[in-house]
Amino acid sequence: MDFGFKISPSSAINLDKIDLTMFEKLHEMEPDVYKCIACGSCSATCPAARYSGMSMRKVILDLQRGREKEVFSMMKNCMLCGKCTMVCPRGINTRHLILSISKLYCETK
Amino acid sequence: MKENILIIGGGIAGLEAAAMLLRLGHSPIIIEKSDRLGGHVASWHKLFPDMTPAKDVVDRLTAEASGANIFLNTEISFVNKLTDSYNIMLSNGISIITKVILVTMGFSLFDAAKKEEYGYGVYDHVVTNRDLEQWFNGKDDPRIDNSAMNAVGFVHCVGSRDEKAKNSQCSKVCCITAVKQAIEVKQKFPDASVYCFYMDLRMFGKKFEDFYISAQRDYGIRFIRGRVSEVSENIEGRVVVKAEDTLSGKPLKVTLDLLVLMAGMVCGDSCTKVAGMIPLPVDSDGFLKSKDNIFDVMESPKEGIFYAGACTGPKTVPETLAEARAAALDIHLYINGLE
Ligand SMILES: Cc1cc2nc3c(=O)[nH]c(=O)nc-3n(C[C@H](O)[C@H](O)[C@H](O)COP(=O)(O)OP(=O)(O)OC[C@H]3O[C@@H](n4cnc5c(N)ncnc54)[C@H](O)[C@@H]3O)c2cc1C
Ligand code: SF4
Ligand code: SF4
Ligand code: SF4
Repeated sequence: MDFGFKISPSSAINLDKIDLTMFEKLHEMEPDVYKCIACGSCSATCPAARYSGMSMRKVILDLQRGREKEVFSMMKNCMLCGKCTMVCPRGINTRHLILSISKLYCETK
Repeated sequence: MKENILIIGGGIAGLEAAAMLLRLGHSPIIIEKSDRLGGHVASWHKLFPDMTPAKDVVDRLTAEASGANIFLNTEISFVNKLTDSYNIMLSNGISIITKVILVTMGFSLFDAAKKEEYGYGVYDHVVTNRDLEQWFNGKDDPRIDNSAMNAVGFVHCVGSRDEKAKNSQCSKVCCITAVKQAIEVKQKFPDASVYCFYMDLRMFGKKFEDFYISAQRDYGIRFIRGRVSEVSENIEGRVVVKAEDTLSGKPLKVTLDLLVLMAGMVCGDSCTKVAGMIPLPVDSDGFLKSKDNIFDVMESPKEGIFYAGACTGPKTVPETLAEARAAALDIHLYINGLE
């Protein structure tokens, strides 16, 4: 029966259940990933953002919230132009971070 | 005749002002309602941003002010205004006639039990920033597990920026205090997950932002933007916290071994009581009102009555000390002008 609406799965984040092993591995390769202040400069300047929804800020957040699928679909659109790295106020080498994420998460997939 | 100078409050503001007045050749009197000097700082462990032991600060200030006439366990019973001075009756029966009063009655910590949704005094593992400082200082607390903790959370803005709690102001020092305490917890329990739930992080002071970067980079403290809306207790007695992760726009939940409430700074009852006797006005933020909030912060609207420290609003230790020195100098010049 179709009531015109359906209940979507809970999107709540339960920090007790999130496995951060991979993120900790990433942190070993890229210690600066902890320093993100979610300012959004990277996403605002990203040429891919407008058309694809790529957001470096969200990538870093989603990795810590166990939402890896979203991360991969965003990262597919990155052109590795490096603009985000130029604007990050915390000096995070985001371009390098993207490469490390691809390397780490794809190798183990 | 040497003028009497009455300092009301023996916290760091009162002590530093007394020390300065002694050096300027005056003989100040300090009255302190509790049984010890140093005020709130005497309960703290280490001070941001350099982790200076709070005890060293209080010891040094106490030594420098030791030449003052100090009455502990003493309050003001009543105040009579004479023509050009005040007659002040103390609870120990002594009365003092003075033309110059320095008010250094400080602040009170917001009563966290008033925010019922956070369960202070109800749940087993919910404490305040003050409780945690005292635990760092070696005082046992049945709510805090000395041996192991896996997850600890800090709630910012408890009783601050909250019109329902009747305090719309920011208490200024609690963001950086949370960062400091989170680092200290992490030093004791390196494997614990430590979370700070914040709305904004107000890192206004010297090296505060560096301290915050270090909390992120060196200690892996996890900052979650969202005000804690609800706290409950699960069947094992652990604390369950709910907030919105406003950065991802999703509700978030986490179970903790300890929840620390960053209670804010408000004007204390004993401060407003004494202010009412003189009387001194209260500003719209609830703290004592200065003659002018730009030029004359350390002067009250009443001639001969001065302020220093947190009685006029939230302040850090160095800000309080700077005000105390400035107020002492103001008083010195004021007394010279009387002669
Ligand atoms: C949890 C917490 C941690 C903090 N940590 C730091 C830190 O690490 N670094 C930093 O720079 N700052 C810190 N601060 C801020 C610091 O505590 C204040 O700057 C400082 O206490 C202000 O000193 P004060 O003398 O003005 O007031 P208080 O410390 O409040 O002292 C006031 C004194 O006056 C007395 N008094 C009050 N009313 C009367 C009365 N009617 N008669 C007689 N006596 C009276 C009180 O008993 C008290 O001794 C912290 C604050 C909090 C809440
Ligand atoms: S490197 Fe990728 S994420 Fe960064 S600005 Fe360029 S396209 Fe955007
Ligand atoms: S610019 Fe840097 S600090 Fe800001 S959100 Fe992007 S990665 Fe984080
Ligand atoms: S200093 Fe931070 S925790 Fe304290 S009231 Fe202001 S914003 Fe809230």
